[in-house]
Amino acid sequence: MQIPYEVQARPDTGVNNAKLGIWLFLASEVMLFGGLFAAYVFLRIGADAWPGMMMYGTEVMAERADEILNVPLATLNTMILIASSVTMVMAWASLKMDRFDRYKLYMGLTILLALGFLVVKGFEYGEKFDHHWYASTNNFLGVYFVLTGLHAIHVTGGILVNAYFWGPGTKLWKRGTARDKAHFTNRIEVAGLYWHFVDLVWIFLFPTIYLI
Amino acid sequence: MAEEMTLEDVKRHVRVYITVFIALAVLTVVTVGVSYLHMPFTPALLVALAIATVKAALVALYFMHLISEKQVILWVLLSAAVFLVGMFALFIGAHADQEDIATLAKLILSSHVA
Repeated sequence: MQIPYEVQARPDTGVNNAKLGIWLFLASEVMLFGGLFAAYVFLRIGADAWPGMMMYGTEVMAERADEILNVPLATLNTMILIASSVTMVMAWASLKMDRFDRYKLYMGLTILLALGFLVVKGFEYGEKFDHHWYASTNNFLGVYFVLTGLHAIHVTGGILVNAYFWGPGTKLWKRGTARDKAHFTNRIEVAGLYWHFVDLVWIFLFPTIYLI
Repeated sequence: MAEEMTLEDVKRHVRVYITVFIALAVLTVVTVGVSYLHMPFTPALLVALAIATVKAALVALYFMHLISEKQVILWVLLSAAVFLVGMFALFIGAHADQEDIATLAKLILSSHVA
């Protein structure tokens, strides 16, 4: 069955269905992360101390998140994610310039950077687990693990989608017709919108959880 | 984003992407640098949110092409923003209510004791 308006714009909305669809999905994602951010705000303004009491062998009162969390690693991850957003948009631009070799390079870099983000995140979580700090330990760690964990799941989803479009999904482009190429380029733009959203969430997560 | 783009248009876009990348990297360094000043909570929060908002705007406007996007997409985002602000208002309003009630209860109790 032919899906209508997958590339060309619908006359009534002015955009193609794929783009409208991804933006509606991203609007729902705003509410998903927004709800958790609201819970974070609620827990924090109601707390006597934040992060509060933590176990470092003995109980210690932590007054700033950066006493608990690894800011240099999170800064590195911020840079990695920003760089991956650039390589993603460059992958799309490469297709627009009909440079499939460049597309493969930039999309491959995007996937590698995303994997790098998860590896760094793994080290970060490992540090917490070494101290026996889990989401159930206190509200601070609950917020930290839930928000960064949900974000990491989104990164994983992005890697799967991008890996498909780096590998088997390229069959569409390789058919070689102008329509197929336009269709594939459109898919990359839509995948890119999701990926930039993942970057955007991290832009707010990083300072609000790690730095204040 | 306009569907029909010339090669020159795309090349111009690429230059913008590189500029935005540098701006995002610099703003990240600024965010972390400011956090080492150990400012009181409220100004620290305001500065962090202000920088994050600028960074998010750069990503949304240029990488996500919102700067040249059709009106229908902006309406979708506006509706999400309205619900988001409403949700935050409910949460923060609920907290303010609790404090008001606690303050009122203390006043009543202290007047009874007096």
